Amino acid sequence: MLHIKDLHANIDGTEILKGLSLDIKPGEIHAIMGPNGSGKSTLASVLAGNEDYEITGGSVTFGDKDLLDLSTEDRAREGLFLAFQYPVEIPGVSNINFLRTAVNEIRQYKGEEPMSAGDFLKLVKERSALVELDGKLANRSVNEGFSGGEKKRNEVFQMAMLEPKLAILDETDSGLDIDALKIVAQGVNAMRSPERSFVVITHYQRLLDYIVPDFVHVLYKGKIVKSGSKELALELEARGYDWIKEEVSA
Amino acid sequence: MAYAGDDELLEHVTGKEYEFGFTTNIESDKAPPGLNEGTIRLISQKKNEPEWLLEWRLEAFRIWSEMVEPEWAHVQYEKPDFQAISYYSAPKKKAQLNSLDEVDPELRRTMEKLGISMEEQKRLSGVAVDFVLDSVSVATSFKEKLGELGIIFCSMSDAVQEHPELVKKYLGSVVPKTDNFYAALNSAVFTDGSFCYIPKGVRCPMELSTYFRINEAGTGQFERTLVIADESSYVSYLEGCTAPSRDENQLHAAVVELIALDHAEIKYSTVQNWYPGDENGKGGVFNFVTKRGICHLRSKISWTQVETGSAITWKYPSCILKGDHSVGEFYSVAVTNKRQQADTGTKMIHIGKNTNSTIISKGISSGYSQNSYRGLVQINKSAKNARNFSQCDSLLMTDHCGAHTFPYIEVKNSSAKVEHEATTSKIGEDQIFYCLQRGISEEKAISLIVNGYAKDVLNKLPMEFAVEAQKLLAISLEGSVG
Amino acid sequence: MMTTETVNVQDEKKSAFLGSISSAFQGAETYATLRKSAWDTLSKFAIPGTKTEAWKYTRVGKVINHSWMKSHGNSQINLPEIAIGGLRYVFVDGLFRADLSDELTYPGLNIRRTGENAENNLLGTLSNHQGDWFEALNAAFFNDGLVIEVDKNAQIDRPVHLVFFTSEENTASFSRNVLSLQESSSLHVFTHYIGSEHSTFSSVVTEAFVGKNAALKIDKIQEGNETAFHHVDWTKQDRDSRFDITTVTLKSSWVRNDLNIRVAGENCHSSLTGAYLPSGKEHVDNHTMVDHMVPNCESDEKYKGIVRENATAVFNGKVFVRPDAQKTNAFQQNANIVLDDTATMFSKPELEIYADDVKCSHGSTTGQFDEEAVFYLRARGIGEVMARKLLVEAFLADVITTLSDERLQTYCTEKIQQLMHS
Repeated sequence: MLHIKDLHANIDGTEILKGLSLDIKPGEIHAIMGPNGSGKSTLASVLAGNEDYEITGGSVTFGDKDLLDLSTEDRAREGLFLAFQYPVEIPGVSNINFLRTAVNEIRQYKGEEPMSAGDFLKLVKERSALVELDGKLANRSVNEGFSGGEKKRNEVFQMAMLEPKLAILDETDSGLDIDALKIVAQGVNAMRSPERSFVVITHYQRLLDYIVPDFVHVLYKGKIVKSGSKELALELEARGYDWIKEEVSA
Repeated sequence: MAYAGDDELLEHVTGKEYEFGFTTNIESDKAPPGLNEGTIRLISQKKNEPEWLLEWRLEAFRIWSEMVEPEWAHVQYEKPDFQAISYYSAPKKKAQLNSLDEVDPELRRTMEKLGISMEEQKRLSGVAVDFVLDSVSVATSFKEKLGELGIIFCSMSDAVQEHPELVKKYLGSVVPKTDNFYAALNSAVFTDGSFCYIPKGVRCPMELSTYFRINEAGTGQFERTLVIADESSYVSYLEGCTAPSRDENQLHAAVVELIALDHAEIKYSTVQNWYPGDENGKGGVFNFVTKRGICHLRSKISWTQVETGSAITWKYPSCILKGDHSVGEFYSVAVTNKRQQADTGTKMIHIGKNTNSTIISKGISSGYSQNSYRGLVQINKSAKNARNFSQCDSLLMTDHCGAHTFPYIEVKNSSAKVEHEATTSKIGEDQIFYCLQRGISEEKAISLIVNGYAKDVLNKLPMEFAVEAQKLLAISLEGSVG
Repeated sequence: MMTTETVNVQDEKKSAFLGSISSAFQGAETYATLRKSAWDTLSKFAIPGTKTEAWKYTRVGKVINHSWMKSHGNSQINLPEIAIGGLRYVFVDGLFRADLSDELTYPGLNIRRTGENAENNLLGTLSNHQGDWFEALNAAFFNDGLVIEVDKNAQIDRPVHLVFFTSEENTASFSRNVLSLQESSSLHVFTHYIGSEHSTFSSVVTEAFVGKNAALKIDKIQEGNETAFHHVDWTKQDRDSRFDITTVTLKSSWVRNDLNIRVAGENCHSSLTGAYLPSGKEHVDNHTMVDHMVPNCESDEKYKGIVRENATAVFNGKVFVRPDAQKTNAFQQNANIVLDDTATMFSKPELEIYADDVKCSHGSTTGQFDEEAVFYLRARGIGEVMARKLLVEAFLADVITTLSDERLQTYCTEKIQQLMHS
């Protein structure tokens, strides 16, 4: 579904991704871990199409499309979803209106009719329940005045609404207490399917107790330096990253 | 709740050029260009006006002749040649209309293009529309129903004939002939407008609405509106403006006077989208309007405006808070694009005790436009415990435009509290990116963000108007971020 | 922006005023070109009145309806002592007094009297003598002042302490200063304007040039009694420089301050603070303008005032961001307390912005003392007089503490308390 090959990316002239490769098949969950500054969030931003980053080499295909050729919104319409680490506030724009716009633009892209107001509201009700999001939040402005946990739950709720092929969760667990973490994980798990893949970017093994990955990768200095099963996450939790760093420099 | 028409708006962000840029071919009865005492006598005579009104006009003309066109606003334009304007233009086929079927079919089509099909308006929203094409009121609806409540809602010309005592008492009482250059000009040559009187204790059951439109090439429009809310009454008045595109500049110098007597409340909403001119600043309407209301004891006047049109806007809907405990409000969204120039804001003059005013102004500049907020908050010695809060925000869409804030704060009372805040910033790139990542196009993203930014003001508009206003914002900002 | 209307009819008042000034101040031979241009402005434009936007709230009769003389320059005066260890240079009624001043030499500094020897080529390059009538008046008639140059890399360890003293009845004084800081130098200037019990007029124009990476701090204290002050500061900042100025107007019958900053190099910081507390029939007008000409600069402005007893205060602050000045951060705040109904406050904070990627904000508040705070203090056993004293001090504190020297802060705080309780 997603093939990243030897990806290089710069920001302000500094190379952050230095030849990253990753293969994701439908239905798989990949966890990407790594120390601060290793390029985890850069990877998420680059895949979503953030223009602050300059791609200097490599290729990314998504389905049968060259992802790097697509605009940000077309990537989203093709089914790539990014749950932001720091979701932005958009004052005055209600969550519900925002989502309705997104849903219908994506449907239009696929040549489908706009969703009727009734069906849309039904879906909102159903999907917001997945993350135990208060119905009132749907009518508030996008992320405005939301607590940290509510913002993250809102990201997962949006994911559930847009039904992407690939969802990238960028440190969706950071700053969450255990109850909120469980809710977020529960939302993600409910969305698992043989066609849908996930990339879970995280610092902590904790999240992976609830969202069980098929693969765990360690990103360090802009490259995947080690890959393994979910046991690798436990090892990282126990031993930290120093041994990886040593392995790399050795 | 999600506010009105979000969804409908989004389905309508499709218009390309000025939507109402068309003209209607109706024969007009038009005065030769030029302005002198003779012109004024002609207007007055055509309208069969009483002697006192003719005298009033002539005095205004004498005052105007002595005045100089003001230059303090932050706008640049070629001054109109007041002698080249035709000051009277009335559709020739004026007939007594008993129903819409009698309206000239050509005119009907115009109305339909404007989206104000009267049947539909009547049926769906209960809005009584006093439709003004150029300067003469052509059709007035709901008159009878309002009549039962003692509400007078008619053209200014009819009011002069039928309610001269009210007109004589209040005309010029809030905006005197001497007020300013354009108000003096209007007083001398106004041809028509709307008149509204709500009797004591009556709550007007529907939104009163007038649509203005400049139709005749080279015709200046000088509307005169007078709204009187008698003691303890309430009225919500809507004014909408559209104009066809023209190459030459057109002058619009209206005067609106509001009188809120003790315990009365007037809500006056405007959506203005006069033709703004093309990308190069050619054409477009000059909008030099004087709007002012006076508040008596415990009364309230609320101005809400959405300004997206006109090449030049010079407009400061104001409140004189004369009565104790009176309240003045001003909510404004002003969008400028292309080469538009807007200098708009309000004046809150606090005279009575415990008077309160609120100003919320949201400016949005795009293209090569200049958008200025200019506001006066004046707390006089007598205005004990007066309060004002002003919030003036500016949003910049491109790096060629300008956003300016010129507040004047004058405080002469020690118990007053005046707060003014202003911010100027760029549209958030991170917000746009967030929308894009959710599959929303850039154009829609901007429309969403801008409508969100202006929401505090749009929420103050009556439902039907909010929808139109949101459409207008989207249309006005098309292609503005590059 | 010049809005003064051209005069077609001979303005009698103007010609009487200019006539008496020119006969008193004739004879200056230096800066002929500048003076000629200034004189053109004076002749061409009317005296600023209500229709001149920049003078909308300030009447100029106090200066104009007066026949001013030039001082003889030998008055005996008692200088108030504010010992801040500065290099002190004293002007009395506009003329330099070597007998009261330190030597005009100091390591790293090059100090001359304005107009002495060669003309200074910076003088007149910033001040708007072609637009502003009162600046033109100064340009046409100034006859003394200092040019202070700071050498490259010189960090001047002693403040320069300028005293402008007016004493002799009915005298006008026109002074002109230039401060020029070379690259990576720093200087602190304390300017003390002291007026007298007699009617006098003090016009001082200072043009400051802050070089690359240089830092200039100016502390201005104005106490004038019956003196009318017109003080103009123009500053031009080169890249990476810092300019801080604090203006405290303690007392004066008529004050008009014009502070104009041109931020002409990137990565500059500018800070402007001011405090004023007019009472009686005093009139204080602070006009400021920060002109952001280039990207990546920040400016921070805060003016605070307490207005009472028939006094009038005017604040007109403009932040101007030019089309190229992206990433400008500009902040402006004006806060006022109006103590009684005979006092008047005019506040006009302006933003004029032509670049889009900026963060600019301003706020203006006008109100009264927080009575709840007064009550709270009283409930803790603090008497009402003391409570108000504390609140005055607290209100003005964030301006007063920007004065660079603690002794100046103490001086102002004490004066403010005396003034508030006299």
